[in-house]
Amino acid sequence: MKTKNVWKKIAGMGLVLMLSATALAGCGGAKSEGGTASTGAGAAAGTGTLAKIKERDKFVVGVKYDLNLFGLKDPASGNVEGFDIDIAKAIAKKVLGDENKIELKEVTSKTRIPMLKNGEIDAIIATMTITEDRKKEVDFSDVYFLAGQSLLVKKDSPINGLKDLQKGMKVLTAKGSTSAKNIRASAPDVEVLEFENYAEAFTALKAGQGDALTTDNALLYGMAKQDPNYRVTEETFTEEPYGIAINKGDAEFVKAVNDLLKEMKENGEYDKIYEKWIGEKPKK
Amino acid sequence: MIDFSILFDHWDMYLEGFWNTVQASLLALVGSFVLGTLFAIFRISPIRPLNWIGTAYVEFVRNIPLILVVFLFFVGLPAMGILLAPFVAGTLGLTVYTAAFIAETIRAGILAVPKGQMEAARSSGLTYGQAMRYIILPQAIKVVIPPMGNQFINLVKNSSVLGVIAGLDLMYFGDLISADTFVTFDVYIFVAIFYLILTLPLSMLVSYWERRLAGSR
Repeated sequence: MKTKNVWKKIAGMGLVLMLSATALAGCGGAKSEGGTASTGAGAAAGTGTLAKIKERDKFVVGVKYDLNLFGLKDPASGNVEGFDIDIAKAIAKKVLGDENKIELKEVTSKTRIPMLKNGEIDAIIATMTITEDRKKEVDFSDVYFLAGQSLLVKKDSPINGLKDLQKGMKVLTAKGSTSAKNIRASAPDVEVLEFENYAEAFTALKAGQGDALTTDNALLYGMAKQDPNYRVTEETFTEEPYGIAINKGDAEFVKAVNDLLKEMKENGEYDKIYEKWIGEKPKK
Repeated sequence: MIDFSILFDHWDMYLEGFWNTVQASLLALVGSFVLGTLFAIFRISPIRPLNWIGTAYVEFVRNIPLILVVFLFFVGLPAMGILLAPFVAGTLGLTVYTAAFIAETIRAGILAVPKGQMEAARSSGLTYGQAMRYIILPQAIKVVIPPMGNQFINLVKNSSVLGVIAGLDLMYFGDLISADTFVTFDVYIFVAIFYLILTLPLSMLVSYWERRLAGSR
């Protein structure tokens, strides 16, 4: 009886010690996170994103919740599904050995870079085009999806490409997207209206607030699938290479992601994910 | 340190946004005052059906979020075949929404005038309309000015809802500049300053009127 109580006490003390150790480690972790964000050079052992993910045993990734085919929250099940999510799962599987050890956070084109920079997320996998400007702010993995900008129009619309866009026409897109800059450059006469996200832009298009919606065709196909009254014009007038954004200076994590992408392309897993969402094999 | 080059580099956008915010605010201010006064009179009028209309309007509109009122005009009306530009839809939504609050403010002011005033006015031969116009409203306005000023200041700030429906206001351009420069804090600091340029003088004007009218009591 007595020995049992002693053991209980020891076990209790051990538990307290363990808890305080975790709490301390938690503080330490938070500190090193801050350090990483401010110096931007987190590649040193133990402070990089990779170490952070392993320590927390969870990969926290920023994805879109409103994009059919890439990252869409199913209102019935509450699950977020899409191409980007499958890529995130593959990373979790590679790094942590379990594809379910991910935590998804909703980002928009507007919030994703600030969220990555302040350490809320480990990476952005949210149909983000690699641009020179953005490279100054974040590091990108290799291209994980190659899209091209196109137009979504009403089925009976006379618009079939850039040349059909005339002065006074309204083209809708999302705030902070490359698509907005591209359309301003290639069709300077049209009025460009930017919305919080593509779902709102599409709502506005359906309400008749614009003549076309422009963004990467990969996203437009998702919208056309949702509402068959709309079609995607065939012409693509840009090349939009999507990359996974990682905090600046974290070469270790970038390399890990690039190695994984290469591996997935070689073993056919990438093609499988691509076909599952886009409905065709990737162009070689 | 705040980076002023953001302000200078995007001066055009800030200015266009500011101007549109001024226009939306002024239009909504006048519109909501007229509409609000009308519904306030409906609510206290002795005619029952008008009462119901006024109450229904106020309770319906002020109990749903502003952004939904604006969406109603932006995507709801087009579904019924009436297409409004984002700026127009936004300003209308703002007007309708603010009018509900103005109506309540004015109603409270009118009710604050002692009942005897109306009775005395009516018994000295004035019609209901005349009594309202010459006796009740001038007294009510004094009570109403401070809360009304609050509503108008709220209106200017609420006009930022236009940014969500591409209404080309200050908030909209703030979002675009932020997206363009990847700078969040500094961009919105300047946006805030532009709002203050509108709201601070409005705030002071209200205090001034309040003092003047208090003196003439």
